[in-house]
Amino acid sequence: MWKWLHSYADPERAYNLSGKLLPWFAMLATALVGIGSVWGLVFAPVDYQMGDSYRIIFIHVPAASMSMAAYMAMATSAFIGLVWQIKSADWAAAAIAPIGAVITLIALITGATWGKPMWGTWWVWDARLTAELVLLFLYLGIISLYASFEDKVLAARAAGILAIVGVINIPIIKYSVEWWSSLHQPSTIRITEKSAMPTEMLYPLLINILGFGMMIGAITLIRFRAEILARNGMRPWVRELAKAEGVK
Amino acid sequence: MNPRRKKRLTLAVALIGGVAAIASLLLYALNSNLNLFYTPTEIVQGKKDTGVKPEVGQRIRVGGMVTIGSMVRDPDSLHVEFAVHDSLGGEVIVTYDDLLPDLFREGQGIVAQGVLVEGGKLQATEVLAKHDENYMPPEVAEAMGQTHEKLDYNEEQKSSY
Repeated sequence: MWKWLHSYADPERAYNLSGKLLPWFAMLATALVGIGSVWGLVFAPVDYQMGDSYRIIFIHVPAASMSMAAYMAMATSAFIGLVWQIKSADWAAAAIAPIGAVITLIALITGATWGKPMWGTWWVWDARLTAELVLLFLYLGIISLYASFEDKVLAARAAGILAIVGVINIPIIKYSVEWWSSLHQPSTIRITEKSAMPTEMLYPLLINILGFGMMIGAITLIRFRAEILARNGMRPWVRELAKAEGVK
Repeated sequence: MNPRRKKRLTLAVALIGGVAAIASLLLYALNSNLNLFYTPTEIVQGKKDTGVKPEVGQRIRVGGMVTIGSMVRDPDSLHVEFAVHDSLGGEVIVTYDDLLPDLFREGQGIVAQGVLVEGGKLQATEVLAKHDENYMPPEVAEAMGQTHEKLDYNEEQKSSY
């Protein structure tokens, strides 16, 4: 049933396909993040309690939710790479990890700068905040594990196992605010019922979330292509590509 | 699916299942210790599952709603006293001698950290304002009868800071 997918595991086809997808992701990312940010930061109405300070939500929430989405994407790739031994999947996982780490860091930093004026503190050891910090450490662990082996097949296996084990942290981050009493507020955007936010604030937020997703997709594609070239440097098609680009 | 892949799939799924089981048992065991704060009811009656009550002199956090009409401010200093309650009916008096966060007001959710003193009072060293998940423009909030006014400080209070 899934046999047709296997042909895309071939590095050359994966490289070409991601090259074709890249401009679309990049275009969508620029457009969506541009529209969402300008709408959210300039035109959306102020909040009755927080005034203009709440606008950091348009960066914080997309970064935080996409830090989890990127982790799931990375863990899924690692899982496929581990079970079906598809190297392209391992490279995709390795390509996502640093991007996820940066997005997590952005979520933590914007959260801290928001927490200082509103809550009155940069940081508390709240379940949500701590779990998100653990996510950052997981990303860093995966990056360093992948980097520390000379043999990249072995490296991908070690990093992949850590990525899969770390999946358990995702539901903990997601539900921490419901399971335990915390300083962090519960989620505003709800899928099954009405969100606790008027549409003129909600739409730019949703656009930015989608835009951040596209941005991560675009950067992943760039890194994925670089990873493919780095791992296949001896292959004839890469050499031809290099020759065509005028590399001596 | 060939047998080698099947074996790896079983191993990977077993790994996820095992880790999930360990994590959920661990979180279940730690459950009440992962809460950031005590609720006022827990301070008065003890925790629901263990019955443990915080002792006098213990450093704790308490979280709840500031009772409307309970706030007493000293006009000459930053000293404030207010009651914090929760939906189960518990109430604790909190005293504090520093600037309150901007979001602080009566009816607002807060988390106060401090030392429990005689008479069930909490001598707070830090008061954090909790924000709920609701966002709305000021016009809408006004129409719903919810307004937010910042505390203002007079000269004497400012000088004592």
